Amino acid sequence: MEKIIFYILSAVILSLSLMSVLSRKLLRSAVYLFGVLTAIAGFYFLIGYHFLGAVQLTVYAGGIVVLIIFSILLTHDIDHQMPTPDWSRVAVAGALCVAGAVMFVQLLQGSLFSRVEAPEQSDLNTVGNTLLNPGGGGYLLPFEVVSILLLAVMIGAIVIAKQRHSVDDSSPEKQAP
Amino acid sequence: MYDFTTLVQSIGNFLHGQFSPGVATALEWTLVILVYLALYAILGLVLVYVERRVCAFFQLRLGPNRVGWAGTAQTVADALKLLLKEPVTVNKADKLLYNLAPFIITLAALTVISLVPFAKGLQAFDINIGLLFIVAVSSLGVVGILLAGWSSNNKYALIGAMRSGAQIVSYELSVGLSLLTMVLLTGTLQLSTIIETQANGWWIFKGHVPAIIAFFLYLTASIAEINRGPFDLPEAESELTAGFHTEYSGLKFAFFFLAEFVNMFTVAAIATTVFLGGWMPFHLGDWAGFNAVMDFVPPILWFFLKVSAVIFLMMWFKWTFPRLRIDQLLKLEWKYLMPLNLMNLVFTAILVYLGWHG
Repeated sequence: MEKIIFYILSAVILSLSLMSVLSRKLLRSAVYLFGVLTAIAGFYFLIGYHFLGAVQLTVYAGGIVVLIIFSILLTHDIDHQMPTPDWSRVAVAGALCVAGAVMFVQLLQGSLFSRVEAPEQSDLNTVGNTLLNPGGGGYLLPFEVVSILLLAVMIGAIVIAKQRHSVDDSSPEKQAP
Repeated sequence: MYDFTTLVQSIGNFLHGQFSPGVATALEWTLVILVYLALYAILGLVLVYVERRVCAFFQLRLGPNRVGWAGTAQTVADALKLLLKEPVTVNKADKLLYNLAPFIITLAALTVISLVPFAKGLQAFDINIGLLFIVAVSSLGVVGILLAGWSSNNKYALIGAMRSGAQIVSYELSVGLSLLTMVLLTGTLQLSTIIETQANGWWIFKGHVPAIIAFFLYLTASIAEINRGPFDLPEAESELTAGFHTEYSGLKFAFFFLAEFVNMFTVAAIATTVFLGGWMPFHLGDWAGFNAVMDFVPPILWFFLKVSAVIFLMMWFKWTFPRLRIDQLLKLEWKYLMPLNLMNLVFTAILVYLGWHG
């Protein structure tokens, strides 16, 4: 049963990602991408990594794709279609893709994957304890570094968003004297 | 006394005894899907009826309280009207996305109710990260709304969708933070365990002030997240005709409609589970006799009683308060609810650290 679901999900991911690249309508590409990311979350649920699956749904499907769709809604009108590319560009891109695929398959065949019988169950307590453990096997330092990075990004975004107002406010004062 | 675990297990055992494991699992899934689809339809039907009645009482609308016995014919009329309407398709719409949008919204709404614990053992998907999963999946519905607004190729629909996007993305934060406050108190995200922690008192009673604040913050934010009045800006009739579903008619419109009502049920069910003790009966201190009488009422009845009380509260809000403006709406979230939520979260963390909680 799990095998069937695995193959269905794989087929969905492969076909939707192809459609997402090949579609000439921007918003449709975004929607196909939404499908791909949701199906990947399905994989995580299939192997029992519920936490990762839910994070995938919140961050990628619910967050990033919504942002992409939002920005597309702000930019284009509904009739907009990407122009059909020249055949030369199609040929070059196709050749590159095939070369990349061949290289990828070669690499995969060369490396040895070890088969894992029962994947580690990751309930929330394990995730939390590992993430916030300062001792051995814990990831407290990377966690804090990432949170500082996020804070910096947030402050930066606010500063950039506010800059126009502060310039507008200060410019008449500078001109006044 | 009323435990559904054995009943559910015996159905499972019967299926596994009769068929091979693969077929039995497939049958179980089909059974669960059918039950939830039926629940989805029935919830929609009942909530439409209740909404019409409550609205009629509040606003002195005479019709819905008079047709048929206690206004029951109103639901029949509404359903018939939806079924018989012509499904109009827009010529210059993006057909694929136009037809996909109601599907995405329905899927998100249907997935979330699978986590709701109706009684002990009566829950389809008791996952370790229950609350996180609910927040994750309910954030997918906005994609459907945005697509519906865009693909209709209609200015009103697009404005409605943009408003809805801004509103849902903002209010999701408050919903998540207020639930996080409660997670601090319960110490778990699993819905069945959250209910078990309330065996000696509901969180709204034993969670001190933070739980009460979190309850009202959750209720406000989630009403806004599911686009219900007084936060129904995305479909404000007086300015946007019908917002993001202006171009939808007949059954496709009914899908949006149903999803809104089922979302309302889900919000009420989560509020019940996290704050009001889920299917736990109401106990009053040491009154053994009173408690025994309360225990006699089946838990599933308790659950639906509490849920209907919360739903009534939400309808009360909708039909009493005037609709907000979009700037007021965003100001409410970012300047009042969010800071209040963060302060409440820190306050609760201190409380839990000192060990003063339930």
